[in-house]
Amino acid sequence: MYEGPVQDLIDELGRLPGIGPKSAQRIAFHLLGAEPADVTRLQEVLQRVKEGVTFCDICGNVSEQATCRICRDARRDAALVCVVEEPKDVLAVERTREYRGRYHVLGGALDPLSGVGPDQLRIRELLGRIGGQYGGAEVTEVIIATDPNTEGEATATYLVRMLRDFPGLTVTRLASGLPMGGDLEFADELTLGRALSGRRSV
Amino acid sequence: MSLYRDTGVVLRVQKLGEADRIITLLTRRHGKIRAVGKGVRRTMSRFGARLEPFGHVDLQLYTGRTLDVVTQVQTLDAFGAGLVDDYERYTAASAVLEAADRLTPEERTPAMRIYLLVVGALRTLANGEREPTLVLDAFLLRAMTQAGWAPALLECARCGEPGPHRAFNVPAGGSVCPTCRPPGSVSPAPETLELLSALLHGDWADAEAASAASRREGAGLVAAHVQWHVERQLRSLALVDRPGDDAPWPAEPERGADIASAGADPSPVAH
Ligand SMILES: [Zn+2]
Ligand SMILES: [Zn+2]
Repeated sequence: MYEGPVQDLIDELGRLPGIGPKSAQRIAFHLLGAEPADVTRLQEVLQRVKEGVTFCDICGNVSEQATCRICRDARRDAALVCVVEEPKDVLAVERTREYRGRYHVLGGALDPLSGVGPDQLRIRELLGRIGGQYGGAEVTEVIIATDPNTEGEATATYLVRMLRDFPGLTVTRLASGLPMGGDLEFADELTLGRALSGRRSV
Repeated sequence: MSLYRDTGVVLRVQKLGEADRIITLLTRRHGKIRAVGKGVRRTMSRFGARLEPFGHVDLQLYTGRTLDVVTQVQTLDAFGAGLVDDYERYTAASAVLEAADRLTPEERTPAMRIYLLVVGALRTLANGEREPTLVLDAFLLRAMTQAGWAPALLECARCGEPGPHRAFNVPAGGSVCPTCRPPGSVSPAPETLELLSALLHGDWADAEAASAASRREGAGLVAAHVQWHVERQLRSLALVDRPGDDAPWPAEPERGADIASAGADPSPVAH
């Protein structure tokens, strides 16, 4: 145990995801020895992120304005919506530089064990958006890009059930299968099973 | 470091650090255990999707200082695949896992019967042969019986007088005769108690013949009974997807109060 503010800082850092007690201590002492200007900059960014960042009214992504940069961008195809669990997933898809549509961020996955049902996610907003609640171009395709784990798969199943009655709407799911660079013989049964059922003709 | 091997069902997973997970398993011989799965969340993990909830696995672990560590996993049944493709099955199976977790509170206390019930329930749900909510209620009734909290269905919970009786009282432990009946008892349809008895005894022909109203009323009684005894609300029970059920799920009963779902008795007999 250290005294006063140093221990307070270690405790606060230790509450962040992925930071154990040792890392918290290392970061705390790094900050203690850092230039005042660097610490001030970090302090300002932390302040701004809490005060200045909200969630986009349309897609639920983090945004500095009422609607995010992607939803405001007229060059992006508004008829195509990619549904993801978290804002960090938007970044992951953006990094591919393959996707020119818009997004919808659910805010998590259906997880009854954690008390997360359909009402806790932005599913109603998604249905409203496809139903033309926000005007603008009609949504013609929804790509479901939830995580390829138990909760993500169940969420995809639920979304398919909710979306299948919209006339003229195409619903697709990200292909899931073997990681590039992996070995077939080490693939687990579930992953290999998914890869088989999602195979494509070449 | 000592190694051991067992088979188990993954009840719950929690993130640990960047890539690891704490996995809660209900095992055949060691009861409930919590173990670390290293690197599980990496895409290239050698464990792959084997340590996901609903997985029935054969695993090897070593005894760690605080938590045991998983060293090898093989899938016995990938129940998850048959569950995540159907939202009703998924929510019913989630409630099976949460109830199993709550009914086996102490780590490393053998609970083989409950383990076998969980595997049986997940297998039936994943196969899609039976109505998911009936499978869930059958599991809950049998698991409660194993835990020593069998509901009285055809006899009086207090004096044992053979029934069937008209009144049901959750705090008293189930059906109650006219003499023992405490205030605040409810009066479910006789057909509902027959349904619960059929589910408890695995009489599927009778259970599946029950009306939708009975199934709903029975589910309400079972949920109230379970939550009363484990002394807490099971979050997943409120999220079970029940087809054609527009009525809101009954709230957790206050201790000593009526169960809202079972139709409050308009004229409780005063003693
Ligand atoms: Zn947006
Ligand atoms: Zn009695």
